[in-house]
Amino acid sequence: MTEETDLEELKRGTELVKRGFARMQKGGVIMDVVNEEQAKIAEECGAVAVMALEAVPADIRKRGGVARMADPADVADIVDSVSIPVMGKSRIGHRKEAEILQAVGVDMIDESEVLTPADDAYHIDKREFTAPFVCGARNLGEALRRIDEGAAMIRTKGEAGTGDVNQAVHHQRTIKGAIRQLEGMNWEEREKWAREHEAPKDLVHETAEMGRLPVVNFAAGGIATPADAALMMHHECDGIFVGSGIFGAENPREMGTAIVQAVNNWDDPETLADIASNLGKSMKGDANVDLPEEEKMQGRGV
Amino acid sequence: MTLVAGVVAVQGDVSEHADAVRRAGRAHGEDVEVREIRESGLVPDCDLLLVPGGESTTISRLLHEEGIATEIVAHVEAGKPMLATCAGLIVTSRDAKDDRVDTLDLVDVSVDRNAFGRQKDSFEAPLDVEGLDEPFPAVFIRAPVIDEVGDDVAVLATWDDRPVAVRDGPVVATSFHPELTPDVRVHRLAFFAADEADPLAR
Repeated sequence: MTEETDLEELKRGTELVKRGFARMQKGGVIMDVVNEEQAKIAEECGAVAVMALEAVPADIRKRGGVARMADPADVADIVDSVSIPVMGKSRIGHRKEAEILQAVGVDMIDESEVLTPADDAYHIDKREFTAPFVCGARNLGEALRRIDEGAAMIRTKGEAGTGDVNQAVHHQRTIKGAIRQLEGMNWEEREKWAREHEAPKDLVHETAEMGRLPVVNFAAGGIATPADAALMMHHECDGIFVGSGIFGAENPREMGTAIVQAVNNWDDPETLADIASNLGKSMKGDANVDLPEEEKMQGRGV
Repeated sequence: MTLVAGVVAVQGDVSEHADAVRRAGRAHGEDVEVREIRESGLVPDCDLLLVPGGESTTISRLLHEEGIATEIVAHVEAGKPMLATCAGLIVTSRDAKDDRVDTLDLVDVSVDRNAFGRQKDSFEAPLDVEGLDEPFPAVFIRAPVIDEVGDDVAVLATWDDRPVAVRDGPVVATSFHPELTPDVRVHRLAFFAADEADPLAR
């Protein structure tokens, strides 16, 4: 064995390392938690990571007011309480909240429309951070703009805190449909598409050639049951975020475990029937069609 | 003859391993058919097995729930080759010193989960690996450290004086992620060049 591994050639926070982290989450469920107790339950349910928050999106909706980054001390407590990765949410465009979360030691930062945006025109320049970022998107142009800014993972925005999967499905279908369109285009048509959708050209060509987003693509925003999770896997998502759906359910532990199993068994209806049985009530939620436009979070930060 | 490679697919970076083992086979003149293992009953038909990176708590839990765990043990006990990376190493080790992970005891090492640190400490670096002429571009993501190494285990690589790649009989296990770069030499080492690479077999 050679003993001359060169420690000085070590590189942290590279695109490979940041996107690589996101790849390790594939096929998994990331659960919103507001304290250590919930984080431990999520870990026992088989979550691949937890999202540390002050309040789940459904409660943020009810409460109103300005929604900000959680108290760093509370995030740090959650970081210390579990062995799985911990993510934290910063406001869109709030570089300082993101820096604080990175300093606390979160494994990924969600620059999230669930919180009140801090900048009405710009997202954070995520390229210079060591911590990887996940960002929401409703369509392919939005997704590619976030990747261009340095996002290592894209999630559908859906409509957070509603428990209605409708918008997550809509956004995922929109993204996948656009990629299929791009695959059928020649070079100059892709160039035109990039201009029309304000998307970086290099990423448009790369996406068209790969036939998928160049980073991991999760589903989020309204997933509340094992069947919802399986539906999003059917729509070719790489994994699932569940916000209010776990701890807003009557039996969080049973619901969490079932959603993890449903992601693994998404194409096996008989097993899904077992998994989805006798879980108690899922979160009540609000149907998207009843939601006034001004209460929707998905239009924040495009 | 076509080799059947099973990639344990209950969670983790499955498609990366599927691509890597196909390319490694091609480089060696072998056709490889990949099957994703998300339920029991598939492992017995596999010639090669890969346990990917991901979250060891999740993978361990689902392997046991789905009845795949005992099939992986039988695969290795039959002397068939397996490559386990990062979470795969943790899950197949003798001891992960953590009751949240029910290990399979197929690689005679104990490991410390996430001992290289959290994501901010994750890194890439060139790594010298026994059996490879040039350094390998190794990517360590919240990587485990191999602590105690059993007598019959060959250490293939170390980083900062700590073992990060080992061979134990038919199993090659790494702390890092050879599936994340286009370089398929570790997959070749695990599956297609065992005699040359295994110092115990020489």
